[in-house]
Amino acid sequence: MSDVVMSAEDVRKSFGKLEVLKGVTLDVHKGETVCIIGASGSGKTTFIRCINHLEKIDGGRITVNGHLIGYRQRNGRLVEDSEKNIARQRTEIGMVFQRFNLFPHMTVLENVVEAPIRVLGLPHDQAVFRAEELLERVGLSDKRYTYPGKLSGGQQQRVAIARALAMRPALMLFDEPTSALDPEVTGEVLSVMEELAHEGTTMIVVTHEMGFARKAADRIVMMDDGGIIEEGTPEHFFTAPEQERTKQFLSKIL
Amino acid sequence: MLVAIDWHVIWLRLFHPDGTFARALWATVYISVVAQTLGVLLGLFAALARMSRIWPLRALSGVYVLVFRGTPLLVQIFYLYFAFSWPTLHIGFTVSDAAVAAIVALSINEGAYMREIIRAGIDSIDKGQMEAARSLGMRYALAIRRIVLPQAARVIVPPLGNEFNNMMKTTSLAYTIGVYELFADAEQGYSRTFIADYFIAVAFWYLVLTTVWTFVQAMIERRLAASERGDVIGFRERLVAAWNPVTAWARGAR
Repeated sequence: MSDVVMSAEDVRKSFGKLEVLKGVTLDVHKGETVCIIGASGSGKTTFIRCINHLEKIDGGRITVNGHLIGYRQRNGRLVEDSEKNIARQRTEIGMVFQRFNLFPHMTVLENVVEAPIRVLGLPHDQAVFRAEELLERVGLSDKRYTYPGKLSGGQQQRVAIARALAMRPALMLFDEPTSALDPEVTGEVLSVMEELAHEGTTMIVVTHEMGFARKAADRIVMMDDGGIIEEGTPEHFFTAPEQERTKQFLSKIL
Repeated sequence: MLVAIDWHVIWLRLFHPDGTFARALWATVYISVVAQTLGVLLGLFAALARMSRIWPLRALSGVYVLVFRGTPLLVQIFYLYFAFSWPTLHIGFTVSDAAVAAIVALSINEGAYMREIIRAGIDSIDKGQMEAARSLGMRYALAIRRIVLPQAARVIVPPLGNEFNNMMKTTSLAYTIGVYELFADAEQGYSRTFIADYFIAVAFWYLVLTTVWTFVQAMIERRLAASERGDVIGFRERLVAAWNPVTAWARGAR
């Protein structure tokens, strides 16, 4: 299929003796929003960190836009790719972190234009134009000259989303984007994400927000103990989950 | 024994400096500034080498610190001066070969201390910053330069200021290989007249230099603080802190 943006085949990963991913296989298609749910320790965060090679994998393969991530084939074996190539592959993958990780020494606007200028080599005015458009979209135009330290968690996370989108990535990864937020501001972040989902952004979202998953996800994936145990539409999950483990998890979280 | 202070000598040295004195003062200033600058650069390279993936670089950095922090500076100065032949430089003013040797020895010694300070500064930055930079497609060197070091600077500058304060006083060791700097000037005054008050006068001059520096440092720290997180510490507060010997000791003054 040509419209597969991200494809993971039998991905394995261990931290020392602890096997965190025991063969994860997942395809994500263009325009699709996939939510990954599961208890903590199930490997979902590790899995999406593998997708942009923030974690090395020990087995299997991941491709994004047809490019093998982090590795390259040599004599039929996979060897780790050069730093330069890995960096280039990452420009196609946007990532939003649980703890925002905005650059505190730069203003909101500088945070958003930094990578387009320094990495993509975009002319300054073009990068600023693009950044202002994105800040408008996440509703933070008036904060462009503010330092992140002066923003609320929800505002910071929206800037982080704009920063990732400024690279025009083919795929957006969200690693529990609302887990570090106060309950009253999760809504503003989720509504930005919902909008992105409806506009056809290809997204993989690790989340505990079942309301968001129900509304925005095209597909939900349940992970448990380093593997995918169930996969389906939101209707399937919230009306007739098959696995006992899924039922238990959903009854606890809903 | 009664200690009589010869105020006349002190008065003359403080308020009627002659030509040779001005030369000596200038030597102390440029030796400290150049040696400190080179020391910071060496320390930066050594710190990056220490964190490198290439083990010989790590080992080299370790041996460097072990040797130059573990042996007396005076021994290093003597060895470098007598073991190699150094050029005399004419760059608008004359830098004797001994002064060149002194600058080299002081720089290398200072680099060993700066490595630890810079490494601690880099370590203090949340690793999410590096991850965010890399997820945007930045390569390691760019991420260090644009994201990590500017933030680390805030942590590095206070101890760096102490190092420079020390440096201005430590340059007096250069006297032992015949560099004509502040202390040498006082020593000559003494051997001419056997009036020990030349040393009081020179102590005042060192005090003037370090006091001026305290003000400059406070200004730099204030500027660094202002651009980040919005927690601006008052100018006077910083001055008080810089003068407080207990604080200075706690920051790791030698």
